[in-house]
Amino acid sequence: MSVLTERQQRAYIDAQAADARVNVEVETDEGMTLNIGPQHPATHGTLRVIAKLDGEQVLWADVVPGYMHRGYEKLTEVRTYPQVTTLINRIDWLGSFANEVPFILAAEQLMEIEAPARARHIRTILFEMARLANIVLFLGDLGVQLGAVTPAFFAFRDREHVLDQIESVTGGRFHPNFDRIGGLKDDLPKGWIADTKAVMVRIRRFCDEIEDLLFGNEIFEARTRGVGVIPPEVGLSYGLTGANLRASGVDWDLRRDGGIAGLAHGDVDWKVWTHPDGDSFARCWVRLQETREATTIIDQLCDGLPGGPIMAKVPRIIKVPPGEAYVATENPLGVMGYYLISKGDLGPFRTKIRSASFSNVSIVPWLMKGVYVPDIITILASLYFILGDIDR
Amino acid sequence: MSDATDTEPAEVETDEAREAVLATLTGTLGDAVAGSHVKPGQGLWVRVAREAWTAAAEACRTHLGFHFFDYLSAIDWMPSPWGRYEYSAVDDGIAPFDHDAPIETGLAGGDTRFQVMCRLANVRRRGEPHLNVVLKADLPDDDLRIDSLVRLYAGANWHERECWEMFGITFDGHPGLRHLYLPGAFEGHPLRKDFPLVARLVKPWPGIVDVEPMPGEPAANGDAAEGDAAAEGEGAEA
Repeated sequence: MSVLTERQQRAYIDAQAADARVNVEVETDEGMTLNIGPQHPATHGTLRVIAKLDGEQVLWADVVPGYMHRGYEKLTEVRTYPQVTTLINRIDWLGSFANEVPFILAAEQLMEIEAPARARHIRTILFEMARLANIVLFLGDLGVQLGAVTPAFFAFRDREHVLDQIESVTGGRFHPNFDRIGGLKDDLPKGWIADTKAVMVRIRRFCDEIEDLLFGNEIFEARTRGVGVIPPEVGLSYGLTGANLRASGVDWDLRRDGGIAGLAHGDVDWKVWTHPDGDSFARCWVRLQETREATTIIDQLCDGLPGGPIMAKVPRIIKVPPGEAYVATENPLGVMGYYLISKGDLGPFRTKIRSASFSNVSIVPWLMKGVYVPDIITILASLYFILGDIDR
Repeated sequence: MSDATDTEPAEVETDEAREAVLATLTGTLGDAVAGSHVKPGQGLWVRVAREAWTAAAEACRTHLGFHFFDYLSAIDWMPSPWGRYEYSAVDDGIAPFDHDAPIETGLAGGDTRFQVMCRLANVRRRGEPHLNVVLKADLPDDDLRIDSLVRLYAGANWHERECWEMFGITFDGHPGLRHLYLPGAFEGHPLRKDFPLVARLVKPWPGIVDVEPMPGEPAANGDAAEGDAAAEGEGAEA
């Protein structure tokens, strides 16, 4: 597992820290400064990457986020608990439902409420559906970044079926706002389970298509194998999570290891995928396997759906008792957590939002050192971030 | 050391693990541990002296194997002078605020308005619930600075930059405290409680007024936050 010694790792960190001192605005005396973004297709939104080049090689790169900062941590302080879920839906907008879950679980932990079994199962199904909606688009977008247009159309085609299923339960394609403290807003509509299982078959077929189109492709392999290697120690110290960390061989998934009470991943049989290489290819490959794994999780949960109520007994006006709780879940982009401080009021006193992409992207200055210009795009694509998840 | 420790029989084993983590930290840091709190099966909070901030993180890293840097942030414990913008007092103008109102801090205690907090975790234990700790440190109002963790955890870089601009806390030894989110000329520290959310002051949000009374129940009068019994327990919906 250990790729770098402690001393080497410290040297990396020191070098990275030294680079951050360079003033990005004026230093142009040697090499060329290449400004990527904030409006650039490869940045999935408004992320700015500044790269200092020597020929085709990157001397250093810096990331400038904040073009979409919406101040959600401040805004939660002036909202009631049920209102907050509407807001935090917009953090990772491709997997919206997954954003609501850790917040609701943190509130449930403080209130000492447990959702009924049926609510936990449906919540987990929707959680994994959000993962599908998110990562299917990643797999399609991956091709676009490398000049292959076909996978994107396949992805948009098949994601639509996932979104249809989410919409038929929650009423919203992108922003369900469906999770409630103590359970869910509604039960599943009639015939939903059969439709969902058909969609899962489609998604598995989509994964096979993407594997044929991309992962066996010589150009794809040439541009991702051995590029952007993240050693596990470095990944951990930067707080990398999700597929980015598992692709470096760290066998850690909060769905399995987190002991999260409000979700039902423990009731089904599934596997955490890891890859030893830590390069761009590994990150993409792990996400492909996770997509397949998510479909089997949903299949099993649909088969074993327990009966009963979908809502626990909850006061009509929700006041959360004073206390502090931190709950994190394994979201599509990585670990997302909410540190919730309540003073017994109608809304949170303070919410610290730990979003996955923020930490995942903070490694970019370290990772970009010495890579070539075309690799910037593949590395950014393989790290996979959503701007709303960086800026919050 | 533990000012509140309730043990539940079902979760004794994880609780023991967290107590062991606490014992290790207490043994390494000695008197620098100012307070602690164990929630069985959920988490561990340790408040350390400001001078021992990096030593505490280093102890977590070397003695406990907490290699995973989760996040770093701060808490402003001052009760907000602006209210929640939901009450009529605010609609008519800013409610007077008592700046000497007592500050109540949370788990593991605290003596100051600002606290820095940081969460470190261990991810190497396969199959077991992973262990973690939330470190806290008090910062005196007149000297909001603390040592940087960047040397120990490279990921602290961005978190400290965010904390610096949002709370105005300086991190000594940080390689470059530049603005992360906010534009360079921004004045003020938005996540401080005394920083007003101007949009809310201009147009108060209807907020709690939206809640319509259920038939046969006393009307919620918008002051539900005052702690009246009507809002407390009754009216549970299935």
